[in-house]
Amino acid sequence: MQNQQEKPTKKLQKCSVLGPVAAIFASANTGSWRLERPEVDFDQCIKCGTCARYCPPDIITIDKTKKECVSFDWNYCKGCGICANECPKKCIKMVPEGSEA
Amino acid sequence: MLEIKDEARGLISHGVSACHGCGLEIVIRKVMDALDDDVIILIPPGCAALFSGYCKETNVKVPGYQGNLENTAASASGIRAALKAKGNDHTTVLCFCGDGATVDIGLQSLSGAFERNDKILYVCYDNEAYMNTGIQGSSSTPLFAATTTTPGGKKVRRKDLTQIAIAHNIPYVATASAHNIADLQKKVKKAREADGPALLHIYAPCPTGWRSNPAKTIEISRLAEQTGCWINFEYEDGKVTINSKVKELKPVEEYTKLQGRFKALTPEQKVALQEEVTSNYNATMKKLQFMSE
Repeated sequence: MQNQQEKPTKKLQKCSVLGPVAAIFASANTGSWRLERPEVDFDQCIKCGTCARYCPPDIITIDKTKKECVSFDWNYCKGCGICANECPKKCIKMVPEGSEA
Repeated sequence: MLEIKDEARGLISHGVSACHGCGLEIVIRKVMDALDDDVIILIPPGCAALFSGYCKETNVKVPGYQGNLENTAASASGIRAALKAKGNDHTTVLCFCGDGATVDIGLQSLSGAFERNDKILYVCYDNEAYMNTGIQGSSSTPLFAATTTTPGGKKVRRKDLTQIAIAHNIPYVATASAHNIADLQKKVKKAREADGPALLHIYAPCPTGWRSNPAKTIEISRLAEQTGCWINFEYEDGKVTINSKVKELKPVEEYTKLQGRFKALTPEQKVALQEEVTSNYNATMKKLQFMSE
């Protein structure tokens, strides 16, 4: 038993790390789950940032200098609809994914 | 040391395989935003383990490891002792556990860490059942809530974790919810500065386990506070501050009707639940007001 355990550890003399270690910081493409996507009515938007604050994957960016101030990262948006539900002006609408704007 | 494959804004990557509208995902992001990268994170098995990643990929930028369900607080004590031996007193040891790993399985090691007065920051995100393994009831599941192990509704009341922690005489205990982010982040910063163990009990709705609409996560969290099902307060060196300022409690039905786990309630059970919530709210408020004087 002792010999069996020693064998693999002796081979790993150069390796200073013990056990499985995650050393790559990566993201899954959760945007592929999306069934509905949020669409903003920019005429009503008051640029308050509530949608960005409550977004679970934190992928909403607010740029107050632009007219189209709210932008989404479609690689990660899961389409949960929290932004549409929490918007104080109710100017975000969930539309089926794949439909025309 | 860490190879960055996909860049992220904060300390947590954007693409994490948590469910749609996950309350935990909001909570962990806001907690990590309030801290900086001088943190060692400990995550037991549970939904939070999604954030520690699969194989060689991780979703958090800070070092940490995934232990067992029952020994998170004990592991944190060990890490704190090792940091002390190295002369490091600035790194925060953060435990990020679910309600199962806190009030059920991990309670003994948590109690031990509180007794030893080890300086750890223990965050319990409460989604009121074992969501990661398939919605089994935990001792944090509220009365009458249906889970896979309590299909007819839970018959007994939930444990009060914060009172258990306060009984250990630790410097900082607080409750927070997912909808009040400014309050949550303020409490995280205070808990980090505490001279000893600090416990944060955070309400994190789970659309999958509660069978609710993912879009209503924040609304449910807000209603829990407004109906008296959840009370936000902080306990700091013997002094209590109540943060939930509800003038008049809303009927519990407004909270329960949004969730499938309360769908099978009979009219008698609805009345009993309302009575239970109101009496528990009044008793807890009385206790907290007594402690705040």
